[in-house]
Amino acid sequence: MAVKAKRLSNEEHQRRLAIRATRLREIVTTIILTPLALIWVYPFLWMVSAAMKTNNEIFRAGTNLLPNEPTFENFQRAWVQANMSQYFLNTVAIAAGSVFIVVATTSMMGYVLGRYRFPGRRIVIGIFVATVFLPKGYTIIPIFELIGNLGLDGTLFGVILAQSGGAHVIFILLFAGYFGQMPKELEEAAIVDGAGFLRVFFQILLPLAKPVMATVVIMQLIASWNDFLLPLVLTLPRPELRTLSVGMFAFRGEYFTDWSGMAAAATIAIVPIIIVFLAMQRYFIEGIAGAVKS
Amino acid sequence: MTTIQIPLPKPIQHTRSLRQRIADNRWVYLFMLPSLVLTLMFTLYPIFASFYYSLFQWSGFTSAPHYIGTLNFSEVIVDNQFYNAFKNSFIFMFCSVPIKLSLALVIAIVLNDRALRLAPIFRTMFFVPVVTTTAIVGIVMTFIMSPFNGPINMIMLDLGVLARPIDFFGDPKLALYSVVGVEIWKWLGIPMIYWLAALQTIPASLYEAAEVDGANWRHKFTYITVPLLKPFAVIIVLITAVGTLNVFALAMTLTGGGPYFASEVMEVYIYRTAFGAANSLTLPRIGYACAAAVYFGLSVMVMATLQLFGARWANKERAGLAAAETTAGGA
Repeated sequence: MAVKAKRLSNEEHQRRLAIRATRLREIVTTIILTPLALIWVYPFLWMVSAAMKTNNEIFRAGTNLLPNEPTFENFQRAWVQANMSQYFLNTVAIAAGSVFIVVATTSMMGYVLGRYRFPGRRIVIGIFVATVFLPKGYTIIPIFELIGNLGLDGTLFGVILAQSGGAHVIFILLFAGYFGQMPKELEEAAIVDGAGFLRVFFQILLPLAKPVMATVVIMQLIASWNDFLLPLVLTLPRPELRTLSVGMFAFRGEYFTDWSGMAAAATIAIVPIIIVFLAMQRYFIEGIAGAVKS
Repeated sequence: MTTIQIPLPKPIQHTRSLRQRIADNRWVYLFMLPSLVLTLMFTLYPIFASFYYSLFQWSGFTSAPHYIGTLNFSEVIVDNQFYNAFKNSFIFMFCSVPIKLSLALVIAIVLNDRALRLAPIFRTMFFVPVVTTTAIVGIVMTFIMSPFNGPINMIMLDLGVLARPIDFFGDPKLALYSVVGVEIWKWLGIPMIYWLAALQTIPASLYEAAEVDGANWRHKFTYITVPLLKPFAVIIVLITAVGTLNVFALAMTLTGGGPYFASEVMEVYIYRTAFGAANSLTLPRIGYACAAAVYFGLSVMVMATLQLFGARWANKERAGLAAAETTAGGA
């Protein structure tokens, strides 16, 4: 009896040691990672802090993140004088348009690729896979020319269309995989009730694909919000159509000494997208991870 | 991406003619139309159009193009500025990709530890730069790394690490590498998520079994983590390498290719040749820029293909070795 009890407590002892080792590991990694993670987000903290300081304070007090007397005057200057309000609206319009078109086209493409066998299916898949390895950014000249030929140069719709035209292979694969897994009975019952191809898709299957749709919406929203080359080139003749990134790039030469104004403009552009990301982070990260898994 | 698997519906019997099958599927084709048309217009057509435009001398979208055959190509290949930008793009890739991927792997392994309760918060913090607007981040970073009152230089001067401020983007020897540094910071989150996704496919029971056998972290890393990550590593390296060549927004806002073209990468060179000259005295040269784009696009594709074949070959070798080992073990 005594021997058995001793062995038990020995096992118990081992278990406690293991738990203690795990806790110690957690504490050590947390202590190492915390400063690194803070350095990682430091530029954003500096940006928000500089946006609430006066230019004097930025140059004088330097590295202190907390402003002495927080001011919102910089935001007003950026929003009104530097035209950030106009650029903000342009960016929202372009993002909304391209998200709508991309969700519509990739969900339809993913649906037929995931659920139907038809002549030509392999060719279509081949085309999309091939585009993954094509370097983007070297096609900008023909895109500029094409938008011009369509009579869409100097319009927001031109930017929307060009953004929607990048082959969104990952989105298509996400939709195809998701639709492909759904049981056949779903549409069979509807077809018996007399539903056609369109109704089966729009009323029965598409509403079930909400998680994938959320991923595609957030990924395309962020891609569109952050786009630079396309809106830069396509709004060259029309400064009033600039997006946030193009607008800031254009007036950084003009206001180069106004750090607090520039920081406020950057905050206006960046903070909304960070908030959207934090709110829908799960979908975004799943979308990125999907690129490797598929 | 190497093995794309879309679950297929049960094969139907092919007793009907091709024309009938196409007619039966008319809705399917109609559904593919919008996506296919957009992809043809904005992804496939531009690739072929670039080839076509490169055969012309063409100075601006309003003037008439003039056919000159392959003259642009023979001129580009001896252009020092093209060579400089081409070299810079590849230096950029070969510096950025290994550092970014290994740092991301280390962070992913640490964050994958179940004992770390704050892991989701750290993951978010490392990921935030990815979602922020690149061009605007570039402008903010020129302030943060500025030699005049920029916080990084000020902190290092205060700590006594530096005697004089560093001009990160103004020093021709440093500019390209400063852009690499910002690029690594900005995009590290993506390979981190790739690695995390790959790590999560490794069952925890493997590590537990190894621990029971007395394996330390190094054993676990070399004998479990590395071999099981290898199939993912190929595709992660490829996606990251191709992605690293798209640095237009950062390069343009951090240095604009300067000083004296020291940090000019291909995209900036192409933009400058085709569009950027609008404000200066030289005429834009669209055909010439297209010829440069064609050269560069082709070399990237060749590199990606070689990498894919190399990976496939390595996998085959390994499979062969493993097979040989099992037969030897069996005998």
